[in-house]
Amino acid sequence: MIELRSVVPALAAIALAAAVSGCATTQDGSAPSRADPFEPWNRAMYAIHEPIDTNVVRPFAQAWVDYVPSPVRSAVHTFFGNIEDGFSAFNGLLQGKWEKAGNDLGRITVNMWGFGLIDIASDAGIPKGDEDFGQTFGFWGIPQGPYLFVPLMGPTTLRDGTGVVIRYYLGPITYAVNDVPLRNVLYFLGGLDLRAEALDAQKVVDQAAIDRYTFIRRAYLQRREYLVHDGNPPKKEDDE
Amino acid sequence: MNQILAQARRALVTLACAFLAVAAAPALAQEAPDAMVKRVSQEVLEIIKNDPKVQAGDQARIREVIESRLVPNFDFTRMTALAMGRNWAKASPDQQKRLADEFRSLLVRTYSGALVQYRNQTIDYKPLRADAAATDVTVRTEVVRPGQSPVQIDYSLSKGASGWKASDVVVGGVSLVTNYRDEFNEQIRQGGVDGLIASLAARNKGGAAK
Repeated sequence: MIELRSVVPALAAIALAAAVSGCATTQDGSAPSRADPFEPWNRAMYAIHEPIDTNVVRPFAQAWVDYVPSPVRSAVHTFFGNIEDGFSAFNGLLQGKWEKAGNDLGRITVNMWGFGLIDIASDAGIPKGDEDFGQTFGFWGIPQGPYLFVPLMGPTTLRDGTGVVIRYYLGPITYAVNDVPLRNVLYFLGGLDLRAEALDAQKVVDQAAIDRYTFIRRAYLQRREYLVHDGNPPKKEDDE
Repeated sequence: MNQILAQARRALVTLACAFLAVAAAPALAQEAPDAMVKRVSQEVLEIIKNDPKVQAGDQARIREVIESRLVPNFDFTRMTALAMGRNWAKASPDQQKRLADEFRSLLVRTYSGALVQYRNQTIDYKPLRADAAATDVTVRTEVVRPGQSPVQIDYSLSKGASGWKASDVVVGGVSLVTNYRDEFNEQIRQGGVDGLIASLAARNKGGAAK
């Protein structure tokens, strides 16, 4: 979980800077792709992100996976997973996906029996949902807007990034936990859990990509398009 | 009387079974695409679970499994053409061959890294929704992982002279093949088709050294 206060100014700064650098790109002969009009700016952000991730964030996440016993990690994952299940349910409701929302609410209810720390729902075969605000906006017909790469957060778009900001604005840890040190520990664990999840995917990207920036962008945009359309994105000839 | 009837029935059943076996033989030779995906993935999963060398992360052994079990079921020329898009026609037959070879190496390497990650996962095979006469089909599967949203893995297969071959794998909406199109376009824009071949070759050599 990224702290809201750091995300909002970052996104605002990026939107502004992207708007400025966007004007510059069209003048310099290279054709920026339609999905990524601010590519030079995004690449600069990626250049900032990568060394921090490789040297600081990733080793932390790897140590978490290597040295912390699996039941502890799984309890942490389930704890934060309950919150995400709640947001998934809410977004399912916003899109009228009653069955998905029902599953998400069912997961939270069932997992309460494990004090929110044991994922009984997964063992019972209730599938984990994946709805979020970005997908809700997409479902409502809002276009994804320009692609953005945000240091520490990763790939996003104006639409999906706005969704992330709303999601963190709604908390609930920010409001529910008044003890600042405890809150920071929770933020840290949440971030660790989130980053550890992506370790395997990152290994694949490292193996597969010729140019990581381009590879990640394409994969992210494909993935989001797929999620917005619940696994049935419209076919299109993207032969540019 | 009853005994004779029972005997006759048994004989008929045997005869029918023999007929079925004969009729089924050509069908087996021409394995259905969904059956093929299931058989190949189960074979490979079996090896991953039981082979001590694979479990220990022995890259040479993992590559050997991929080369012997997976590679024969893929059409790498078609995959490369799909990844290249419009640029495929710009490449000479010789360049096309080199591209397909390099792309094949890159994908095998990628798979070698990804394969060992399959642990505690079960695969659901979705019923095939395709015409019996279809020559291009998508076989849908779902990988269920505890505590995480299920991931759909779809295989695009085409029927050719030597049976069904896969030409794409789409993992959670991300196509293994078309995900390369932006990169390929970019490389070709910068250095032409030979530039792309060179950077693929460099990538493959670099990865082997790591």
